[in-house]
Amino acid sequence: MQSSGAILEVAHLTVRLGGVEIIHDLSFAVDRGSALAVIGPNGSGKTVLFRALAGALPHEGVVRWAPGTRIGYVPQRLDLERGIPITGRDLLAARARLASASIADIPHALARVGLAAEVMDTLIGALSGGQFQRLLMAFALLTNPTVLLLDEPTAGVDEPGQERFKETVHRLQVDDGVTVLLISHDLSVVFRYASHVLCMTREHTCFGVPREVLTPELLSQVYGEPVGFIQHDDSLA
Amino acid sequence: MMTLSPDALALSGSMAVAAGLVGAFALMRRMTLAADALSHVALPGIGLALLVRIEPLPGALAALAAGAVLIWVLERRTRLATEAIIGVVFSAALAVGALLTTGEALMDALFGAPGTLSSWEVVAGVAGAAAVIAFIWLARDRLIVALVSRDIAITAGIDVKRLDLVYLLAFALTVALGLRYLGVLLMGSLLIIPAATARALARDLRGMLGISVGVALLSTLLGAWLAAQLHRESGPLIVLVASVCFFLASMRPRRI
Repeated sequence: MQSSGAILEVAHLTVRLGGVEIIHDLSFAVDRGSALAVIGPNGSGKTVLFRALAGALPHEGVVRWAPGTRIGYVPQRLDLERGIPITGRDLLAARARLASASIADIPHALARVGLAAEVMDTLIGALSGGQFQRLLMAFALLTNPTVLLLDEPTAGVDEPGQERFKETVHRLQVDDGVTVLLISHDLSVVFRYASHVLCMTREHTCFGVPREVLTPELLSQVYGEPVGFIQHDDSLA
Repeated sequence: MMTLSPDALALSGSMAVAAGLVGAFALMRRMTLAADALSHVALPGIGLALLVRIEPLPGALAALAAGAVLIWVLERRTRLATEAIIGVVFSAALAVGALLTTGEALMDALFGAPGTLSSWEVVAGVAGAAAVIAFIWLARDRLIVALVSRDIAITAGIDVKRLDLVYLLAFALTVALGLRYLGVLLMGSLLIIPAATARALARDLRGMLGISVGVALLSTLLGAWLAAQLHRESGPLIVLVASVCFFLASMRPRRI
């Protein structure tokens, strides 16, 4: 918040998976304290982009984070065994110890994402999708991140949960100056919170402020039939 | 056959604790196939060592370390391809080892032969087990985060590739420690069955590690005692005790 300038610069980013080019020559920058929404149809490479930004995928081109950046990454879903004997407490305590944070910070992190203390004693594989994502969000918050990468954070979450989550992210951005990059199908989130939009389709990408970029033509390109995404969100409520 | 001397107790006990811990993480990392197959690769090492007339254990250890590095390299590939390659490579290792090792020595290598312990072996074995236990204890938080999500672990600053390699080497060392008691064919079972038993009973990580270590210890000590009483080899009895624990645990109603 206090210092401006780019916290992330991406130049000529190309990512290939199994010989297939998923992202081609992508360039954009993200200002410190801003919120970037990444939109695009399924299979357009949004999650691959986040994984490359997180350093988890080999790539060509430049991904440059400002020095001192601490990334909190909340993936969309994980392939976890339901019965894996790791509780919410085990996972959060492991993160707290690794970050030299206090175990006493855990209840505060849970409260910030609106999770009840019961998740501490629940196996992580038995949590609902929404609960697990909020647990990962609490996991990220334990280290006071300067950037949050949120991959569809409200997918599979009920309406009150979605509102609380959006509010939490917004507060982090406004009060703590956290930069937020989020993948979202929820256009209300994009219009309400995003300062910039990166749209990714198979054919091309575009980048700019929401009101300029999100034209009806582009939206129908990104989502195919416009009705599709409206139904998608309603069905989750 | 083995006697339960203090030396044998210290060696087999520390090996069992290491096996319980390493096995618990192998199961949670879903690498039980690789884990089981890896123990087979010790056989060609033992065969080569016997051929050039040196102690079999260093040969086994060298072959296991090479096997661990091989799995580490293969894990970068897709899961299906990896499993197929692991299955083929380590069965081939078993075949080559069986050709190199013959007669009595082959049976000892396959099923274990406690024999008499030299003092250096006790010291080296207990030190090796202590190193494995210390590694798992110190790396447990990194191992947990990495098995939940490699991507998250990377953003948390964990060098997951290095962690994988050190874990696999700790695994290989644990296999080497147990070869004397269980042999190439059965050592994989002492790593997997106690962990699988714990998985059926545990409600959190502490339970998982505690039960896995407990079952590995119980199996090893009770199996060795039974072997002494019944004048049988220890390896099959150790695996039998562990299997009984597993079946008893599986019969309990599952709780989530």
